[in-house]
Amino acid sequence: MTLDSKVPQGPIKDKWTDYKNNIDLVNPANKRNIDIIMIGTGLAGGSAAATLAELGYNIKAFCYQDSPRRAHSIAAQGGINASKNYQGDGDSNYRLFYDTVKGGDYRSREANVYRLAEVSGNIIDQCVAQGVPFAREYGGLLDNRSFGGVLVSRTFYAKGQTGQQLLLGAYSAMNRQIARGKIEMFNRHEMLDVVIVDGKARGIIARNLITGELERHSAHAVVIASGGYGNVYFLSTNAMGSNATAAWKMHKKGAYFANPCYTQIHPTCIPRSGDYQSKLTLMSESLRNDGRIWVPKNMDDVMAIREGRKKPTDLSEEERDYYLERRYPAFGNLVPRDVASRAAKERCDAGYGVNKTGEAVYLDFKSAIIRYGKEQAKIHGISNPSEKKIYEFGQEVIEEKYGNLFQMYEKIVDEDPYKTPMMIYPATHYTMGGIWVDYNLMTTVPGLYCIGEANFSDHGANRLGASALMQGLADGYFVLPYTIGDYLSDDIRTGKISTDSPEFEAAEKEVSERINLFINNKGNKSVDYFHKKLGTVMWNKVGMARNEKDLKEAMADIKAIREDFWKNVNVPGSENEMNPELEKAGRVADFLELGELFAKDALARNESCGGHFREESVELEGEQKGEAKRNDKDYAYVSAWEYQGEPADAVLHKEELEFKDIELKTRSYK
Amino acid sequence: MGGFFKSSIGRKVAMALSAFFLMIFLLQHFAINILSVFNPDVFNEVSHFMGTSSIIQFVIQPILIFGVVFHFVMGFILEFKNLSSRKVKYIKNQSAANSSWMSRNMIWSGVAILAFIILHFIDFWFPEINTKFIKGDWSGLHEGVDGYRYFHELQENFLNPVRVGAYVVAFVFLALHLLHGFTSAFQSMGVTAGRKKTLQNIGIAYSIILPLGFIFIALYHHFNHH
Amino acid sequence: MNLTLKIWRQKNANAKGQMVDYKVTDISEHMSFLEMMDVLNEQLVNSGDDPVAFDHDCREGICGMCAMYINGQAHGPDRGVTTCQLHMRRFKDGETITIEPFRAVAFPVIKDLVVDRMSFERIQQAGGYISVNTSGNTQDANSIPISKHAADKAMDAATCIGCGACVAACKNSSAMLFVGAKVSQYALLPQGQIEAADRVLNMVAQMDLEGFGNCSNTGACEIECPKSISLDTIARMNRELMKASLK
Repeated sequence: MTLDSKVPQGPIKDKWTDYKNNIDLVNPANKRNIDIIMIGTGLAGGSAAATLAELGYNIKAFCYQDSPRRAHSIAAQGGINASKNYQGDGDSNYRLFYDTVKGGDYRSREANVYRLAEVSGNIIDQCVAQGVPFAREYGGLLDNRSFGGVLVSRTFYAKGQTGQQLLLGAYSAMNRQIARGKIEMFNRHEMLDVVIVDGKARGIIARNLITGELERHSAHAVVIASGGYGNVYFLSTNAMGSNATAAWKMHKKGAYFANPCYTQIHPTCIPRSGDYQSKLTLMSESLRNDGRIWVPKNMDDVMAIREGRKKPTDLSEEERDYYLERRYPAFGNLVPRDVASRAAKERCDAGYGVNKTGEAVYLDFKSAIIRYGKEQAKIHGISNPSEKKIYEFGQEVIEEKYGNLFQMYEKIVDEDPYKTPMMIYPATHYTMGGIWVDYNLMTTVPGLYCIGEANFSDHGANRLGASALMQGLADGYFVLPYTIGDYLSDDIRTGKISTDSPEFEAAEKEVSERINLFINNKGNKSVDYFHKKLGTVMWNKVGMARNEKDLKEAMADIKAIREDFWKNVNVPGSENEMNPELEKAGRVADFLELGELFAKDALARNESCGGHFREESVELEGEQKGEAKRNDKDYAYVSAWEYQGEPADAVLHKEELEFKDIELKTRSYK
Repeated sequence: MGGFFKSSIGRKVAMALSAFFLMIFLLQHFAINILSVFNPDVFNEVSHFMGTSSIIQFVIQPILIFGVVFHFVMGFILEFKNLSSRKVKYIKNQSAANSSWMSRNMIWSGVAILAFIILHFIDFWFPEINTKFIKGDWSGLHEGVDGYRYFHELQENFLNPVRVGAYVVAFVFLALHLLHGFTSAFQSMGVTAGRKKTLQNIGIAYSIILPLGFIFIALYHHFNHH
Repeated sequence: MNLTLKIWRQKNANAKGQMVDYKVTDISEHMSFLEMMDVLNEQLVNSGDDPVAFDHDCREGICGMCAMYINGQAHGPDRGVTTCQLHMRRFKDGETITIEPFRAVAFPVIKDLVVDRMSFERIQQAGGYISVNTSGNTQDANSIPISKHAADKAMDAATCIGCGACVAACKNSSAMLFVGAKVSQYALLPQGQIEAADRVLNMVAQMDLEGFGNCSNTGACEIECPKSISLDTIARMNRELMKASLK
């Protein structure tokens, strides 16, 4: 099967408009006869469910949490981009498109990204109308900030809780439709398989997580908005329940999985403190605007700090290695996420990590505090301020800017970051890869759609800050509602889909057999044991820097863990009750397959691009020596994998990427 | 509007409104009583006026009684509803960590005040009703007493140290009730300023000075018998 | 450190529950409370026992899923944190920790420490929204200026994570802080004014229907709220309801 991205013809600026003018619409009376299943209720799923319900379709929405409001979109801190150009600093749809494609290291589909930029402004209009309390200026207009090293201020935000506010906006829109009866909400339900009838997605098998009952649900189309697969690393900034099961099940039923190796490792997370660690906490990268990153220059100091004989504040400027400023003089501490992450890993691998685990670097605000302090002293007209006064003034400014982050850090680490430098370390944060979709956001299975982080489409090999929220809401509010209508216009005479068909029968049987397998296995190791093992392999061999040898080993390791898992996993309790261990077992089983495909994809992509860094593909000479080397000649394509029974046997399909409206450039931060 | 008073917030507002009314009444009651310390004659005059004015006797007094009864009945209804909102109690509960004793025990300070009101009615109100409505004596005079009888009766009542003790205890409970009730009533009425310092201080002053004043009056008459 | 845990165990909604004692050893003070629970559960799984079911998801204090009544306080002894943000350094070696589910008639226990908070969902569905279509053809975001002060206040109210600690901590199991926060967020914004009266009437009616108690202004909710939502939101809701009822 050849991949057809179904990108409309014509100039990039007109594609989406022309497309909307020419698609088939479903008349309101017919929408009432059409059911759509929505898996996941985060920004993408929640906004899509609300909009589709409002249009008149019958929606059945599913989430594993006790409320759609819990989806992990809620944890996004920084903001949401939109090319409103309210600041008059030269922003435009084209610039947002350009920045996003460039930020993605030229591995995303142009037409999709342009459309994303085009609808970005509508998102802000929509959210404001919904009552999202975005930050405002004193004049009453919306405030913007610059984010992630771009040249314009286009990021809208609601304190450090933008994701929460946007999600609550979508959630409120959902609630309105639930109250109207247009959305039937299934909380505490987990989708365990997709049902394909006559080649089309026609329903799902879901498990009621309270009673354990398996349920069949049918629909004319199924939309997956189940988020990313960062938890394949065990430790990530994802929620504990974030999983790839829905995505993986659809992959096994024929949807291609695209670019699984594109992962974003975020540089400013709170480091791991021990083996018991269950998750990692992100701190907004805005901290890098004022923090300087360093490790000690001398190994003796590293040891002294680890053993508690010295404090970081004891080290003089000469004894510190501000490695980002050293390596990237032009961008310094503001290099992109992937560059900052790799640089931290490089130092820690060399033994310079500053905490007990050896995986932490300092993020120091002292210079900024003193700089701001001096400024404030001038403003206050103090000509000869004492050092203490300067520090106090500076601390106030920092508190104003990052108070909540500093507080969060102190709660977790129990150290005062105003007095001693913060410790940070990179952590898996976002997965750019995901289910392959065409311009319509439809997967390779007709009637099966994938939106938000779960799909692969808009971020290429790396995602810009404040773009994830934008993509989720764009897909849900403004793209899918059009594209799905075009498909469903053929289904107006289909009538209700029966759940008694052999296909549903077979799918339920398969799910039920797998659950019984877990329950009856009575092994001797817990699910977490295997998940942690997988995570260690992923982090060490398929982490921030990858090479052929490690990747091959990783594939073998993961396969071995998987085999061990199926033999020795222990799932207590029964299938007919609330059973969190059983839920985890199913998710980890899928991660154990996905992880292998992930490594296979990383192995196949012998170039460094965005979040994917291959040690074999670096610049060998010149100013960029040692930096990532992209290979546009051989790898300017999307890798879409077709499932063939075993992850290792997956077949690669390539969607060649064409860049007509943008010139491919090498990233340089020197 | 009928629906309003069936809603939880409506009932809260009703509690607050009756509380305001009762707090104003208390202030008025205190103002008259304190006269007995400084000038028994004026006290007698005012008492006679209050006891014989038809507006006060036939309009204000029934409203007051309604207010008192309403505040108690509604208080009990709400307490019952609140108790039934948590059927299984906590095995370990540290409510002192997040709320004041006064706020959590309004029902008990309320019950204490109710007990006091019964005693107070037996002491003053029932004899008054008996004199005026059963015996039909609206003269305000009493055999063997010069001028009006009110000051005399007041002093008679405070002879008994047990009764005075009961009054003192009751006023302590009144203070506790008011210490939460005053600002709480404002908060229920939607006055966020109820949490601002000034109103809070006024509340504390009112809640402590007023009951202290009543205690002072009771003790004064106990120890200064004419 | 070594700890004794007294935990509420209840097989399902209809079963009778009881407190059960467990011992955990070698707990690091840097662990979060839920990581300590993970250690216990790993121990239980390995010894063939049923692990303790508890709600949790984001583990960074924003999803509102985790909910435990620890040593007699919602989300434990720390202020301004959810259970997942509570750390073991808050406890002493050898301590006995009592862990119960959030208790309220409107929050029935599903299993062990997991409670059903669908009552909150139904309150939101009764009016916790602004009735605009998601067409994208709404007016430009900057067409209605909103004072920074109002926007900031609306944001403060909107930070509610819907965890239910306010209900759990309230001696009356009242949900007023939760409802007050939502009502306030919309009441403070011009977009929310249009249907303000219907919203507050419907949400309060639903709240009453769910069996929550009434507010007696003890202020426990505000103190136990992990997001420190102010009691002012309740006052504002009271005002809004009075206004709506007078119309």
